Amino acid sequence: MSKKRRTIQWRDIGAPFAVFFAALALWEALVRWKNVPPYILPAPSVVFEKLIEDRELLFSSLMVTLGVTFEALVVATICGVALALLIAQSKWLERALLPFAITLQVTPIIAIAPLLLVYMQPGNAVLVCAFLVAFFPILSNTSLGLASVDFGLRDLFDLYHASPWQKLIYLRLPSALPQFLTGLRIGGGLALIGAIVAELAAGASGQGTGLAYRIVEAGFRLDIPRMFAALALISLSGLAIYGALAALSYVLLRGWHESARADQE
Amino acid sequence: MWAVTGAQMTASALVSLRNVGKIFPSGLVALADYDLDVRQGEILTLLGPSGCGKSTVLRLISGLSSPTAGSIDWSAPQIKNNIGFVFQDATLLPWASVFNNVFLPLRLSGLSRETASARVDEALAHVGLLDFSRSLPRELSGGMRMRCAIARALVTHPALIMMDEPFAALDEVTRFKLNDDLLTLKRRLSATIVFVTHSVFEAAYLSTRIIVMSRRAGRIIDEIEIDPAIARDDDYRSSKTFAEACRRASHALRVSIEEATR
Repeated sequence: MSKKRRTIQWRDIGAPFAVFFAALALWEALVRWKNVPPYILPAPSVVFEKLIEDRELLFSSLMVTLGVTFEALVVATICGVALALLIAQSKWLERALLPFAITLQVTPIIAIAPLLLVYMQPGNAVLVCAFLVAFFPILSNTSLGLASVDFGLRDLFDLYHASPWQKLIYLRLPSALPQFLTGLRIGGGLALIGAIVAELAAGASGQGTGLAYRIVEAGFRLDIPRMFAALALISLSGLAIYGALAALSYVLLRGWHESARADQE
Repeated sequence: MWAVTGAQMTASALVSLRNVGKIFPSGLVALADYDLDVRQGEILTLLGPSGCGKSTVLRLISGLSSPTAGSIDWSAPQIKNNIGFVFQDATLLPWASVFNNVFLPLRLSGLSRETASARVDEALAHVGLLDFSRSLPRELSGGMRMRCAIARALVTHPALIMMDEPFAALDEVTRFKLNDDLLTLKRRLSATIVFVTHSVFEAAYLSTRIIVMSRRAGRIIDEIEIDPAIARDDDYRSSKTFAEACRRASHALRVSIEEATR
C-alpha cells in the first residue's frame, strides 16, 4: 500500500518535471542549432548564467516583490474574512457592500495602478494594487463558505441553543475553511500578479525596485537574458506561493474534507 | 393485547400537541388540527408516507420549527430545553473527533472538557464507541456514525429523544443490530423516544405505540399499541403479535396512500 502510494507520488512529481526539462532541452537545442542571438531569444543556459551573474540585484528585487505580495495577501485575508463575516450577519449589509467589492474586482488593475501612483507613494500604490486583486477571491469564497453550512448541523446548533458566537466558532468558520483556503490560493497568485502589474506601472514612470521594474529596466537596455531571468523568478515565486498555500490547505483539511482526501486516495 | 385509542389527553403525557397546524411560507399545509400526546417512557413511532408531516411533528416538538396554529404543552418546562435529536443523516462535524462530536452539546451548554469528559465517555460506552473516541467521522462505518449521533443525543441525559428515520440509510443487518441496541439503551436510560420511520417492520419491532399518519395534513389514521412488557427479540419477530402489528400498520398505510391519491 505504502509502496504503491510512493510510486504514484513519484509519477505525479516526475511527469511535469520531465516535460519541463524536455521543453528546456528543445529550446536550448533550437537556439544553438539556428544560432539565434541572445538579444532575440537567449538559450536557457544563458538565462541561467544571467541569473547567477545578477543574483544579488535580482534577489533583492525578488525580496521587494515578495514582501509586497505577502503584505498584500495578509491585509487582503484580514479584510476579506472580516467583510465576509460582516456580510454573513445580514442581507442588508451584503446588498450594501458587495457591489463595491465587485466594482473593484471587475475594474482592470492596470487601469487603476497609474491613478494610484498619482495619489500615493510608489510602494503604497503597489501594495494597494496587489491587495485589490487578492481581496475579492478571499471575500467571495469565504462568504460562500459561511453561507453553505449544512442545514442539519444548523438545526443541531439551534437545538442546543447555541449563541451566535458559538455558531461562528464551532460551526460556520470550520465549515467555511475549505472555501476560504480556495480563495486564499487564488488570492496568493493574484497578489503577485497585482504587485507585478503595479510595479510595471511604477517602473514605467521610473520608480520602484521590484522584479517587474528590473524587467522594464532590462528592456530599455535590450538585456533580454536578464528579462528572462527576472521572468523565471516571477514564475517560480508564483509556483512557490501556490505550492505553499496548497500545502497549507492540505494540512488543514487532511482527514476530513473531500478535496484533501481525494489526494490521499 | 391490543388497544386502539383516539388522541386523548393522558395524565402521563410528557408533551401534548393540541390543534396544531403548520403551514409553510410556500402555502403547503403540513399539519392541520393535529393532536398528539407523547407519554412518559414510551417508544412512539410515527409511520406514514413521505410528506405526511412526520418530521414536521418532530421539529415542532423539539422547537426547531414553530406551529402556525394550536399549542404545544409540556408537563415540565425543563424537558423542552433538553431534547436529544438523532437526524436522518448522522450530522456529525466532519472536522471533529468522535469525542468532540459527542462533547458538542455539553460544550454549547458551557461545560469544560474536563468536567464533561466522564459524561462523554459514558455516552460513548453506551453505544460501544469508547475505543473510537479519537477517530474522525470519515473513519467510521455508517452504523458507527449513527451510534456516534445517538451518543451525542444521549450525552445531555435528555428525558425525550427524537429520532428522525435514523436507520433509513443503513443496510438491513446493521439496522437490526441498531434496533436491538436502541432497545437496550432505552431499558437502561428510561428516556421517552419519538421515532419516525417508513418501515412497518421497524415500527412494529421497536414501538410501544405506532401512529399511522395520512398524507393529508398529518391526519391520524390509526393508533396501534403494543404491550411494552413483551420482550423484543428474534422470537418476537416471528410472533403473532408482531405479525398483527405489521398487518394493521400496513393496512393503515395503504388507506393513507389511497386517501392521498383520491
